[in-house]
Amino acid sequence: MAIVAQHTKFSKVAWPVLAWAVGLLFFFPIFFMVMTSFKTDADAVKPEFLFRFTPTLENYTNMTNNYDYWRFATNSVITSVTATLFTLFVAVPCAYAMAFNPSRGTKDILMWMLSTKMLPAAAVLYPMIFMAKSLGIYDTKFLIVMVLSLINLPIAVWMLFTYFKDIPKDIIEAGQMDGLNTWGEVREILIPLAWGGIASTALLVFIFCWNEAYWTVRLTTIDAATLSKLIEGNRAPEGLFFGRLSAVSTAAVGPIVVLGWFCQKQLVQGLTFGAVK
Amino acid sequence: MGRIVLQKVSKKFGEIEIIPPLDLTIEDGEFAVFVGPSGCGKSTLLRLIAGLEDNTSGDIIIDGNTVTQVPPSKRGLAMVFQSYALYPHMTVRKNIGFPLRMEKMDQAEIDVKVNTAATSLNLTDYLDRKPGQLSGGQRQRVAIGRAIVREPLAFLFDEPLSNLDAALRVGMRMEILELHNKLKTTMIYVTHDQVEAMTMADKIVVLQAGVIEQVGSPLELYRAPRNLFVAGFIGSPKMNLITGPLAAKHGATTIGIRPEHIDVVASGGTWEGTVSVSEHLGSDTFLHVKVAGFEQVLTVRSIGDIAVKHGDKVSLSPRLGELHKFGADGLRIG
Repeated sequence: MAIVAQHTKFSKVAWPVLAWAVGLLFFFPIFFMVMTSFKTDADAVKPEFLFRFTPTLENYTNMTNNYDYWRFATNSVITSVTATLFTLFVAVPCAYAMAFNPSRGTKDILMWMLSTKMLPAAAVLYPMIFMAKSLGIYDTKFLIVMVLSLINLPIAVWMLFTYFKDIPKDIIEAGQMDGLNTWGEVREILIPLAWGGIASTALLVFIFCWNEAYWTVRLTTIDAATLSKLIEGNRAPEGLFFGRLSAVSTAAVGPIVVLGWFCQKQLVQGLTFGAVK
Repeated sequence: MGRIVLQKVSKKFGEIEIIPPLDLTIEDGEFAVFVGPSGCGKSTLLRLIAGLEDNTSGDIIIDGNTVTQVPPSKRGLAMVFQSYALYPHMTVRKNIGFPLRMEKMDQAEIDVKVNTAATSLNLTDYLDRKPGQLSGGQRQRVAIGRAIVREPLAFLFDEPLSNLDAALRVGMRMEILELHNKLKTTMIYVTHDQVEAMTMADKIVVLQAGVIEQVGSPLELYRAPRNLFVAGFIGSPKMNLITGPLAAKHGATTIGIRPEHIDVVASGGTWEGTVSVSEHLGSDTFLHVKVAGFEQVLTVRSIGDIAVKHGDKVSLSPRLGELHKFGADGLRIG
């Protein structure tokens, strides 16, 4: 008894301390970036102004006035939202078919889909650029939406497949007996029951789309350029302007951090969903 | 109305034949039970009738119409699943009313039907709860409610009581029987429990490896099992099956005698044996007796409590009129 009590007491203290330590460790770079974004470029590199400085919005006004932040942001929102919707539009029926009408090849197809994620992106960079240019879709939002959807489809199908597998097949069959067609099954049973899973998949895909840099930087110049391109474009030959760069980065990650914050519950619920029996 | 006819119906999964072509007729209003050990194809047969599986060949005729190509919901059948298969995100009211909503019935009419069903199933107090907040028995009642509101041609039950505890099972058994008496609708009931089959069925269909071993009323099966499988499967405790010289003496390869057809006598019985285990249930006593010269241990069922224990010598007298004889092919003789 004493040992158990002691153990519990230890856990009660140790786990929160550890959690806070890990949390702070991960949060610190973000905090530092946000802080730096309120310093002038000159102050940002001086150790004496590490924590004590006069905050300024100079970097932000500079960003919106001179770098056309809103155009990049709009592109990011449009491409990420469209790509997420399109990914789900393809992935939901796909995962549904695999979960409820599996064939002998289903496992192999799933593995094959995942294996496409193992292909180094650089290997297909030039073919992609040439194809995009010859099709006349280079630097278009259409291209970016397609690329973002395709690179996220395997993950989305896998995640949804896992959630759908948790729904007992009997419930789907009861629906069939009660008069549902395939679309009815998806609408009346699948989506309501796997809502948490679908939402967290959507959220994750959206985050991946928003954060994507490799392709968005290389397949765009101006028209379809996203926030990743804006950050990348702030490399200056005369050295890094940390204040300005931090402001741009903060403005780029800001929306996704806010979104994640509000959807925390949905994300956690989605990841622990499964007890629907 | 709900007459169901299977003509040369078979089912293959890939190359494996689960159900070889079989013929079966279930009359309108009949309570038919498919019974057999697990993996015998009884659930598959039910799912073929329901339309949840496609038959490989043959025809399924319900109420005079060939429904082989008809989707499940258009066959006029309602099914109750072992796992209840309620919609967890809907209240009891919505669950019961769901098939009616799918038929695009008027909401006011749905409400009336749902309330009537809920009243008859004692679910009125639970209409606004979700399935997760109900007990197993209540959930099964909701599943039955969802089936009865459709007023189907036939009900299909797929081991509906397997997930309930023993006491509840007996109660629900009675409720289903009462429902059948009231509605007089055809019911097909799948179970692996022969007691359930015996107590509920008008007609029992005994299946093994997808093949119908025998069709008949419970007592027909009990009194005249067509082969060794049915003899061993129907009846609890199991029939004693004896091979060897004793069987040969009766002109058979195997003879069978039910435990309740062997009497324990004071002395001078046909067989003398030693009790290895005695089970005292109060109402009955089950004795497992080793008889010299028999390979198998005999099971004997005596009414009431008789005072014998492990190691006691007993004298047994089988009622020879109740003897079942089977030939080398396992089929009944005479």
